[in-house]
Amino acid sequence: MKRGPGGLYATPAIVWLTVFFIAPLFIIVLYSFLRPGLRGGVEWSLTFDAYRAIANPTFAKVTLNTIVVALGATLVTLLIALPCGYYMARSKNQTLLLLLVIIPFWTNFLIRIYAWIAILGNEGFLNDMLQALGLTNDSIRFLYNRWAVALVLVYTYLPYAILPLFSTIDKFDFSLLEAARDLGASKFGAIRRVLMPNIKGGVLTAFLFTFIPIFGAYAVPLLVGGTESYMLGNLIADELTKSRNWPLASAISLVITLVTTIGVMLLVRANGANVLGGGKEASEAKAEQSAPLLNASLVALPHSGGGAS
Amino acid sequence: MIGSDVVIENVSKSFGDFAALNDVSIGIKKGEFFSLLGPSGCGKTTLLRIIAGFEQPESGTVLLDGKDVLPLPPDGRKANTVFQNYALFPHLTVFENVAFSLRLKKQPEAAVRERVNEYLRLVELQTHGSKKPAQLSGGQKQRVAIARALINEPSVLLLDEPLSALDAKLRQHMLIELDAIHDKIGITFIYVTHDQQEALSVSDRIAVMNAGKVLQVGTPQEIYEAPATDFVAKFIGETNLYEGSILSVNGELVTIESAEFGSVQVTDTDPPPSGTRVSWTVRPEKIRIGPDKPSTSRNALNLIQGRVDEPIYSGFQTKFYVKTAGGATLKVIKQHADWSDEGPEIAWKDEVWLSFSAEDAFLVEVKG
Repeated sequence: MKRGPGGLYATPAIVWLTVFFIAPLFIIVLYSFLRPGLRGGVEWSLTFDAYRAIANPTFAKVTLNTIVVALGATLVTLLIALPCGYYMARSKNQTLLLLLVIIPFWTNFLIRIYAWIAILGNEGFLNDMLQALGLTNDSIRFLYNRWAVALVLVYTYLPYAILPLFSTIDKFDFSLLEAARDLGASKFGAIRRVLMPNIKGGVLTAFLFTFIPIFGAYAVPLLVGGTESYMLGNLIADELTKSRNWPLASAISLVITLVTTIGVMLLVRANGANVLGGGKEASEAKAEQSAPLLNASLVALPHSGGGAS
Repeated sequence: MIGSDVVIENVSKSFGDFAALNDVSIGIKKGEFFSLLGPSGCGKTTLLRIIAGFEQPESGTVLLDGKDVLPLPPDGRKANTVFQNYALFPHLTVFENVAFSLRLKKQPEAAVRERVNEYLRLVELQTHGSKKPAQLSGGQKQRVAIARALINEPSVLLLDEPLSALDAKLRQHMLIELDAIHDKIGITFIYVTHDQQEALSVSDRIAVMNAGKVLQVGTPQEIYEAPATDFVAKFIGETNLYEGSILSVNGELVTIESAEFGSVQVTDTDPPPSGTRVSWTVRPEKIRIGPDKPSTSRNALNLIQGRVDEPIYSGFQTKFYVKTAGGATLKVIKQHADWSDEGPEIAWKDEVWLSFSAEDAFLVEVKG
């Protein structure tokens, strides 16, 4: 094949990904096979201690808790985002609504979490309101449990679910719903049988955009969670900063990255196969269908296991 | 399948300030191929969507076989729609698209299979059942949409500009197929189109609409030959439309005084009294054109002298724009016959004589 200047155009991206994604990933892989240094860092001798340390019940418990919180929060996010996206797609004020969805991004992420603390705290706005209305005498402890974590996670990642859902539903041909109604489907039947199968790709993208960052969440469980809502992101951070066990932190990160990558690939493949079941002629459309999903997973991947968010 | 009669009574509908339908009443007979014809924005699609149940009118009633259907949702009406953009379900195969309504009714799979194959045969797509809509051509998609709408055995089939997305040749072909399907199953077809050629060629009757009103309902011949308003005359085919005031009335023969032509004789079954200002029309193909003054003693023949401004040759016919002495430009179409019948050639800037019979010219509208 003739090589055009395409390779040249890709240089910035390749350099960027090499320096900031592939090289750090390589360092993490390397560190996970080394011994922990006394005050952090590593000693240069090969060992599998880190991977042996993973196989303990604490790690399993934290992983399970992370999966439960992440799946629950993602599901709730999608359930809220779907009607939102539908409404936006049908609205005449799309620009305004899009702006409203994006507005939270104008405030720093941490400040928004502290705002939730100010609302939900023992001396917070919500408790003040409830007491002023005489509904309760003592303040209720809303914060520092799994529910608070889930609530703030849903709040944080809702826009990431709404935007892909909106863009998919916006491309949906609504006369298909009329056709379904015309052919005897009820309102709900038309949505279930015609809308949902046609926006599957958007739902999957929204799922990945929310599930992957939530799975690696760190700040939210740290600030509004308690001991019961300790998540993998916190575990990594603690191993890194408190236990000073960098190899273990690296190993946990790698396991998460590996598991999410395999999970995403299986999901994309299953979806692609489902949407266009069989038929060689469909393969072109198939590639088109799964490309944005792959992109989505690539964009979302650096979040996973990083624990920075 | 048995068709239904559809009666639309005093239906009005507006979107904001825009009156889409203004007190529309139409009676459509059982088994008729009925067209709603008009320019875009005339309300024809809105009317179809009201019959289908996608829109509710502000006032009026829609009766199917004498039964008011306005309270019913779209899935409760014996009418099915063929949508303008086909609206095929992209995630389903051709077979599954056609089977959609049967499967909703939870019919046994064997029966579904048999019926779907029967309807795929009707539209000659029996070998395309496993394809996805994206793999079909425009004409094939159209036929899937028709099969999908017909399998429900509706008593009325609503077609919303079903051929507008097809190219001209395919449109002709599909039109003939549509007509054949109509003849075969005999249900009522209500066909929305902005294309007067389509409407003329397949309809039993046509309702010409403009600005939310029905201007004329009639057979294609009635609408073409005797348009009820200036708009209908101009919208259907090509015509010459002029104004004048009535000089004298003699039975059905009306003499009109007009600035451009002097006096012209036209016919009307129920002419208004002399002195009334009216518009009148004559179709371009009803006018004879020749280099010499026709030597005829026939009564009620209009003779007009002019000069050819622009001849437009298009193979089987030539259209002449002829400027008359009075300053008007008349459109004249001469059909080309075989050599023995062709007559002398007429060229640009030739002095010519035009003639048309009063029986081919009609009084259209009374002007205020």
